[in-house]
Amino acid sequence: MDLSYGEEYEEFRREVQAFLAESWPPRGDEAQLPQNEQIDRFRERGVEAGYLSRSIPRKYGGSEQEADSSKAAVIGEEFRRAGAPMDLLGGGVSLLVPTLLERGEEWQKEKFIKPTIRGHIRWCQGYSEPGSGSDLASLQTKGELVGDEWLINGQKIWTTGAQFADYCFCLVRTEPEQPKHAGISYLLIDMHQPGVEVRPLKQMTGNSGFNEVFFTDARTPRDWIVGKRGEGWLVSRTTLKHERSGLINVGQATSQLPALVDLARRSTRNGRPAIEDPEIRQKLAEVEGFMLANEYSLRYRATKDIKGQDPGRIQLMAKLIRSDIGQEVAKLGMELIGDDGLLAGGAASEMGRPDGPQDNGAWVTTYMGSLAGAIAAGSSNIQRNIIGERGLGLPRDAAAQRGK
Amino acid sequence: MEFDISEEQELLQGMVRQLVENECPLARVREIFEGDSGHDPELWKSLIEVGLAGTAIPEEFGGAGLELLDLALVSETLGNGALPGPFFGHSLAGLAVLLGGSDEQKKTWLPRLAMGDAIGSVAFAEEGSSWQPEEWTLQANGTLSGAKKHVPYGSIADLIVVGTADGGLALVERSGGGVETEPVDGADRTRRLDDLIFDGAHCEILPDGQRASGRVRDAGLILLAADAYGGAARCLEMAVDYANTRQQFGVTIGHFQGIKHQLANMAIRVDPVRFLCWYAAHAFDKIPDESERTAALTKAHATSVFMQTARDTVEAHGGIGFTWECDVQILFKRAMFDRAFLGAPAVHRERAAVLAGW
Repeated sequence: MDLSYGEEYEEFRREVQAFLAESWPPRGDEAQLPQNEQIDRFRERGVEAGYLSRSIPRKYGGSEQEADSSKAAVIGEEFRRAGAPMDLLGGGVSLLVPTLLERGEEWQKEKFIKPTIRGHIRWCQGYSEPGSGSDLASLQTKGELVGDEWLINGQKIWTTGAQFADYCFCLVRTEPEQPKHAGISYLLIDMHQPGVEVRPLKQMTGNSGFNEVFFTDARTPRDWIVGKRGEGWLVSRTTLKHERSGLINVGQATSQLPALVDLARRSTRNGRPAIEDPEIRQKLAEVEGFMLANEYSLRYRATKDIKGQDPGRIQLMAKLIRSDIGQEVAKLGMELIGDDGLLAGGAASEMGRPDGPQDNGAWVTTYMGSLAGAIAAGSSNIQRNIIGERGLGLPRDAAAQRGK
Repeated sequence: MEFDISEEQELLQGMVRQLVENECPLARVREIFEGDSGHDPELWKSLIEVGLAGTAIPEEFGGAGLELLDLALVSETLGNGALPGPFFGHSLAGLAVLLGGSDEQKKTWLPRLAMGDAIGSVAFAEEGSSWQPEEWTLQANGTLSGAKKHVPYGSIADLIVVGTADGGLALVERSGGGVETEPVDGADRTRRLDDLIFDGAHCEILPDGQRASGRVRDAGLILLAADAYGGAARCLEMAVDYANTRQQFGVTIGHFQGIKHQLANMAIRVDPVRFLCWYAAHAFDKIPDESERTAALTKAHATSVFMQTARDTVEAHGGIGFTWECDVQILFKRAMFDRAFLGAPAVHRERAAVLAGW
């Protein structure tokens, strides 16, 4: 048990600080460049210095550093403090790249990984379909090999970022005669082609984060498949061991608390500052208890991961815990904003900020948006099944057994 | 940066778990629960033999010389077994002498507490849920006169650490006379309480008592939280076992999502508490700036979770869960103790709010 960094890492911190003082924000001629180029050049240097894309091999554009959670934490803290660009998030970097590293062909790694981690190409995840949500493996989008190309027909839905994506990593039924899970392949598809149509869906918040994607004789080359034919389900479940090095993000589970406390300080309740209201004080402290318990669960999990040991069932719970707390935070925020709870809300960009919503409109958006956390990427009830069955050792439910 | 317990600490917990399983399985817990004294001298002796009575007492005084984190890990395991007896109050009394006592007092009492030659306890609460040092009013001027409430095993403790006016601490030897005990009809029969009336009882002030009393309280909050985690984990395990055993409609009830989801909801509240307790104990040992507030939040959180988990566990057992015969009630009442002793969750959440400058 040691939560301090120790002298070795304080030395490392000084190195990172010196690097940032030199490199961000850009100075001189570079400061005149368009912002995306500034970020590009900075990322190049960040990789060179070993601070960015640490888990990615050098030959694919990463810095190939040994997994070290303390260094990752120091880098995160210092980059955030400097407001410097960090490693990109999103499905391309967090899902596709690790999958390619684990299961991809050499040419696929060379072609796709570097531009993805630099943000030069963007990806969307073609998984859910109108009839296949929680029961994803029932998906029906068809892929047929015609000559040297896959011909793809079908529809995906809830596809985040499809309207901006260059490519899609997509689960497609290519072996219709095989049982459910064994009939699926993992294909990479160019989104810029006539056979792909993207229609944004308008959310209850008024924003459009995700889309319907229609494939009508869309094409992709025969070898743009990750893993073998019929292995797509397994490929999509590739263990994300490449994520390890960046896993500890100290303070991530408590990061929204300051925004909530700020809100309580500037809100009025029963004629006085809400922060003085006994009920609000109780609720803040209660939420903080849940946040802290989650924070240290994550640190434990990260420690176990680094040591190559199994953290146990706590890892199955992360998503449900996070979305539950997110909803409690949002509800308390709504309580505090008072009459502004009558308003339509703020911009989508305010949602999911790591430092929490910063104004009352953003709290309205968060109030609605926090529900997305309970639905996307495996609904909360599905999470409860997973925890119950894999974590607690309860039997699989009857419906799932029939459909197997 | 490493957030995990050490191999030695895992061994310590394994040793304690083994002891609980061998010496005091739930059937034995129930006998003590139903008994008159709530104390089994043989069981207490087996704890002493492996050194648990002096877990956090330095080696120079005959203890194991471990830290609060280790003591919390022991508490967690004892809580998991619903182990009856004076361990909690005894451990706090030792910490009080260690943190607040003179060299002479330490030399006199710590070896006796560590070896189990004396049982220790703490007398903090006064009328009106006044548990906190700043709320104590009992005057100590060489002797004590007045009342203290809810003293763990006050009728068998040899040494009682009494909270005094101005947040100080005083030692009273029960054999010295002037101490009357009145048993409390407590819900948790695995940890008995007595009200104490002092009538000119001889007392010795702990010279650093005012500095130590808040720390001892914080340690108590953390040990209760750890006990609560252990108990909550036991409840969850019992509920899962029942769901895997009880059959209705031709299948075990764990097949039904109504039960499965309830148990999953319990699990996501219970499991993270373990790590919160570790952190609170570690902060007590190593991060003094965060220690007091973290202890308050942790006690409030862990004991609330235990209480709710115990309620859910009764419900998950159906009718049998509501009976005296079912062991869940023993855990339920441990949860009541952990929740209320040293102040209810709302008290500590408000303290945490004040300490944060809210």
